[in-house]
Amino acid sequence: MYFINLTLGGVSSGIVYAAVALALVLIWRATRIVNFAQGGMLMITTFVALGVIDATGSYWLGLLAALVSGFVLGAVVERVLVRPIENGPPMNAVIVTLGLLLFLQAVAGMVWGGSPRSFPPLLGIKGFTVGDARLLLSPSDLFVIGAVLVVMALLVLLFRVTPVGLRMRAAAFSPEVARMFGVRVGRVLTLGWALAGAVGALAGVLVAPATFVGPNQFDAVLVFGFAAAVVGGLDSPPGAVVGGLVVGLTLSYVSGYLGSEVALLGALAVLMTVLMIRPNGLFSRTSVRRV
Amino acid sequence: MLEVRELAVSYGMVRALDEVSLTVDQGSITAVLGANGAGKTTLLRTVNGLVRPRSGSVLLDGTDITRLPVEEVVRLGLAHVPEGRGVITELTVQDNLRLGVLWRNRRERRALQSTGLDEVYALFPALAERRARLAETLSGGERQMLAIGRALMTRPRLLLLDEPSLGLAPRVTAQILAVLRELRERQGLTVLLVEQNARSALSVADHGVVLNLGRVVASDAAASLATADDLRHAYLGF
Repeated sequence: MYFINLTLGGVSSGIVYAAVALALVLIWRATRIVNFAQGGMLMITTFVALGVIDATGSYWLGLLAALVSGFVLGAVVERVLVRPIENGPPMNAVIVTLGLLLFLQAVAGMVWGGSPRSFPPLLGIKGFTVGDARLLLSPSDLFVIGAVLVVMALLVLLFRVTPVGLRMRAAAFSPEVARMFGVRVGRVLTLGWALAGAVGALAGVLVAPATFVGPNQFDAVLVFGFAAAVVGGLDSPPGAVVGGLVVGLTLSYVSGYLGSEVALLGALAVLMTVLMIRPNGLFSRTSVRRV
Repeated sequence: MLEVRELAVSYGMVRALDEVSLTVDQGSITAVLGANGAGKTTLLRTVNGLVRPRSGSVLLDGTDITRLPVEEVVRLGLAHVPEGRGVITELTVQDNLRLGVLWRNRRERRALQSTGLDEVYALFPALAERRARLAETLSGGERQMLAIGRALMTRPRLLLLDEPSLGLAPRVTAQILAVLRELRERQGLTVLLVEQNARSALSVADHGVVLNLGRVVASDAAASLATADDLRHAYLGF
């Protein structure tokens, strides 16, 4: 029973890391940049959602506001901050996205104050009961899992089936060839960041009832999301999902059996193990090419 | 159909094209020949808008397209099969072909995608068998067919081809050149072809232009070029 509960807990937190990882992967695929500001962006959009929920009383309007503001924020960041440094050395992008993270955290602190606020879940957070035992799985957890799965399915459809998705894949794999066939690569990159912004915003709203909302409340989520993306191999959306679950389950098992104080070490161990065995991540295609 | 006027391109201090002029007539196959480094690829990339010339102009049916970005050129009926073929190996064969209609609006895309695919698959049956496979599983010849098929999906009026014979067995090269010839005969497709392999290129071309170190050194009917001994020895290597 204990094992089952740890597994359930691991899955429902892992799916959120998967969503954050997915946002990072979308941006990495489009622009080869690791967006360290993702945690700051989803923090801002979660504050927006909280404001809308407080004002209207509607969770759904709040969620919608987060998704829309995440989409817009992602697009604006790409156009204004990333576009000028896209062709520069990779370190420029690292500094810019880290700088943006600090900037967003500072702004949030000035606007909303430094103390964390609670965020209402859509559904109850009391676990289901089976017989006398209470499961570590609540209606709210089911909603979280379902919401992330729906968004992932939509993204798969977008990429696999639609012309927009084909443009995005072509631009990611071979920008020059994409341009030859009339793909306006700049717009596609903006769209990639915008989608990532929206996916990150979803993750923020879903995890907020557990972490609370504050300038630094999502730092851990970003770190675990990043670990998940790397485990999956930065390039692969399915890898991000698997990576998120691996990280979530590892954290859950390690803190359950060994104590929560070593949970972070468990995550580190998984990251290092995966990187030693498959340096490009579990789902990456090998980067060695035959010439 | 295509007119290139006194085109000059430099990469830093290196002059890649020096006052190159040539015309490609509607419904003809024109072959640009020359050794490595003669400026053949640069010529195609400049015509296509991937490289900005220092001076000179490119006219398509009288319209100046010299400064047009490459994204727009495809909309005017110009399709490019680039050096190294430009097949996107991470995509399936069919998705590579679908790239050829991406620039169209939804209505045109609906109308043209399936007929375009049928036509390409009829032209290259090897691709039809592999349509769901990733392009990285294709052989060199199949990749060349895919690159040409993808360009044909755009329904071009002018096809730019960069070294289709590169790395291919002579038999495969002959097969691909025969398809070009057939398309010209059947649909009046106009082709500007760049080749190091002068003999096979001249066998399908109507007109030949010889480049050397970025300059046009000869321009004549393909049949006359193929029999001009001094030219062949000096520049064409056969």
